[in-house]
Amino acid sequence: MVPAMTDTGSFPLFSGSDLICIRGERVVFSGLGFDLHAQQALVLLGPNGSGKSSLLRLMAGLLKPAAGQMRWQGEPLADREAHAGRLHYVGHHDAVKPVLSVIENVLFWARLHDPSTGSAKAEAALERFGLDHLAGMPGQLLSAGQKRRLNLARLLAAPAPLWLLDEPTVALDKASVRVLEETIAEHRAAGGMVVVSTHLDIDLPGAHELHLDEFGAPASWAEGLWV
Amino acid sequence: MKSFVEIVRRDLRLALRQGTDSVMVVTFFVLTVVLFPFGIGPELNILQRVSPGVLWVTALLASMLSLDRLFQTDYEDGALELLTLSPTPLPIIVMAKATAHWLTTGLPLIAAAPLLAVLLNMNSSGFVTLIGAMLLGTPSLSLIGAVGAGLVLGARRGGVLLSLLILPLYIPVLIFGVGAVDAAIHGFSPNAQLLVLAAILLAALPLAPWATSAAIRQAIE
Repeated sequence: MVPAMTDTGSFPLFSGSDLICIRGERVVFSGLGFDLHAQQALVLLGPNGSGKSSLLRLMAGLLKPAAGQMRWQGEPLADREAHAGRLHYVGHHDAVKPVLSVIENVLFWARLHDPSTGSAKAEAALERFGLDHLAGMPGQLLSAGQKRRLNLARLLAAPAPLWLLDEPTVALDKASVRVLEETIAEHRAAGGMVVVSTHLDIDLPGAHELHLDEFGAPASWAEGLWV
Repeated sequence: MKSFVEIVRRDLRLALRQGTDSVMVVTFFVLTVVLFPFGIGPELNILQRVSPGVLWVTALLASMLSLDRLFQTDYEDGALELLTLSPTPLPIIVMAKATAHWLTTGLPLIAAAPLLAVLLNMNSSGFVTLIGAMLLGTPSLSLIGAVGAGLVLGARRGGVLLSLLILPLYIPVLIFGVGAVDAAIHGFSPNAQLLVLAAILLAALPLAPWATSAAIRQAIE
């Protein structure tokens, strides 16, 4: 259910309550709530179609909840741009432009997030994910795993407190998963928050779990009464 | 503002490296205009009479050719989601993308137009006005076109749908664009028509990016 309070802060930095998500006339989940404190990780679990991605998109502001509210530091989310500025979202697509080089790809996203980002920071982010030797290579020559690592390098190139990662380990090899685990650990140690949807192949010590199948719609709702 | 420049620069870089869109648009413009003397016949006074209209109509069609790609590739590779999740307001991002579209298609059209005007035996007194009217009119085409490009995101055969949506909205630009050139050729002042073109542009500048943003948010939900 809702993760218990931790001793890192008295009230959560980012929280949601009574959230209902409707996709294509189907109630994906209802009555869902979450609390995220600084340094906390939240793992979203559930079978396919239980709404892990929808919840992440909801948290990012890409989707609007049909009902319920999300709050940042106790304030309702109103300013879309301000919220976008404090999060990084990694979705199913890697948004790698085939004709831009690796460094150009990561620099563009970093500068969009924080215009003062220098190329040194972007290079450091690439180095962390083992892409520094490919910096000048066009995106179209990258493998699926390298594209995913390039997407993840955005997380480090421009800092943001909230990371929303949708199946981040897809296509990654074991060594890269370990790098991602270390990166998340450092991010949390620095006060950041992480929400990850995954099939249990990533090790996040002390993470809270949110089982989305527990928030499925009651059977009576499945009959289309809601639209 | 920095993000605006950053996005324009990225889209220009993408366009230059892929290279096909601008060349395709200008080639289409030239080929279609060249077809008219074959179709109508080589009588100089008829060509002279229709030249402003032919140039404007083909310019409209040409600028529409690359419109369906304005957001489509970003939509497919996930970049559009990330763009909407940037701290820069989405209308600014749309305006940056429309600017890049104009620089890669509108400007080459303007550069090619006087040459084609010579080909159609257009009276040389209309040349300056033709360029001026296109400078004012083609940015509106990119902006209005962006609304259509946002609306057809995710639709099958979006390119065809896009033309059906957008061409009617191009009519005012066409009327006053041709009107300005005609006025100049016949020795009248084209100022009134140019001012209307400027007014259309000024109205499109805030309204089109705003409408496009709403369409994009709808598409990525």
